[in-house]
Amino acid sequence: MDSITNNQSSTDQFALRIRNLNVYYGTFRAVKNIDLDIIRNKITAIIGSSGCGKSTMLRSINRMNELIPSTRMEGEIIYKGKNILDTNIDPVVIRSQIGMVFQKPNPFPKSIYDNVAWGARANGFRGDLDLLVENSLRQAALWEEVKDQLDESGLSLSGGQQQRLCIARTIAVKPDIILMDEPASALDPIATLKIEDLMRQLAQNYTIIIVTHNMQQAARASHYTAFFNMDDDQAGYLVEYGQSDQVFTNPREEMTEAYITGRFG
Amino acid sequence: MTRTYLDQTIKKLKDDVVMIEKMVSHATTKSVAALIQRDYERSKEVYLNDQEINAKRFTVESECLIAIATQQPLATDLRVLASILEIVTELERMGDYAKGIAKINLITKEIEETLPIIHRLEEMADITVKMLGQSVKAFIEMDVETARTLPAQDDAVDEIFNEIYTGLVENMMENRSLVSLANQMQWAAHNIERMSDRVVNICERTIFVVTGVMNELEESDDEWAIEI
Repeated sequence: MDSITNNQSSTDQFALRIRNLNVYYGTFRAVKNIDLDIIRNKITAIIGSSGCGKSTMLRSINRMNELIPSTRMEGEIIYKGKNILDTNIDPVVIRSQIGMVFQKPNPFPKSIYDNVAWGARANGFRGDLDLLVENSLRQAALWEEVKDQLDESGLSLSGGQQQRLCIARTIAVKPDIILMDEPASALDPIATLKIEDLMRQLAQNYTIIIVTHNMQQAARASHYTAFFNMDDDQAGYLVEYGQSDQVFTNPREEMTEAYITGRFG
Repeated sequence: MTRTYLDQTIKKLKDDVVMIEKMVSHATTKSVAALIQRDYERSKEVYLNDQEINAKRFTVESECLIAIATQQPLATDLRVLASILEIVTELERMGDYAKGIAKINLITKEIEETLPIIHRLEEMADITVKMLGQSVKAFIEMDVETARTLPAQDDAVDEIFNEIYTGLVENMMENRSLVSLANQMQWAAHNIERMSDRVVNICERTIFVVTGVMNELEESDDEWAIEI
């Protein structure tokens, strides 16, 4: 089994390079011919209407899709010089470097401490676990709120706090890229803004890719935006990709204009 | 899918821009005619009516901000609303120029001398008002071609301005008692010349809405610019 090493240049402009990606569920092609370069240490938002393949593409990046039977992926996702779609690449290793935060906060039914420490323990972490937990919670902007209740269940926290706990859990295994699938859609506006602020801070050290239905969130929080649409054959494809400032004020494609101004379909 | 409410709001705001343009054009024509005819009653009307232009501008500005806050427009919608905010500011300033001309007439009331060259202000104002109407029409219709070509007409305004300016300087040199009046008339001419510059700014906004590119048109450069 091939491994992904950190000795590939981390100063590359691109954290990921997706080339001609096609994802099938059985005979149905869910996304087609995606070419996308993800810029390192930036937040890239993926927007588009329901069913256009946003989440499918996101889940391809850490090979979560292959947990779904009959899924097939073609093309390349180049990460640290390797095509992570190669079957000889261990998906567990990929997932340790490309973490994921889901739509609904999903803390383990364990203590706050154990939630954060879980991944590091599983990876055989031998350093100062207390320090790792504290640092991860600090980076997730949660430490001050939970430092006196680390033994309490993660499920006792509010929805917004649970989502930041999940982000802390993701950070604790020192990923390179964080994938976020609608991370704030179950949260109230205040908790949503906290997550967005947190994303901006995290982008100093991590590359973030976020799928969102909320265009204002994409406009507020992301540096780059990719707009996906569903073609006549129901397959999702990339319509436009660019800096968010440009996409939301002066999109190149008429279809993007129609979608972001709410005159779509 | 449509956005009826936002579309209606933008249409109403565009109608309001046209209304303010008509108010400003009327004030300009009236203030210049009153100045030339020494009609102080009409100047007084222009002077006082400027408040209505100012009030209308604030109403439009407020409605734009409400639309931005509540409708969260993007792309072309956002550029249109941002441009309306800019254009109503330009129009309001043009209204101030008309008010300024009215004021000049009122403060020179006691001066008995006349300066024939100021009749040319009417021609200058006619071109400017026509340009203003065309620039706002181009904005409403998103006519980028007109927005690009219209600023060239500013040259004619500048030419008349220079003639008036030079003529007034000559008047002052020939007769020192005309200095005060001629100086005020230079300000009146200057006001109209500045109005035509602001018309160019409106054209820039139309080009921005259509192309998304924010650029200063060359014609809007200061004709008295110096090389530094």
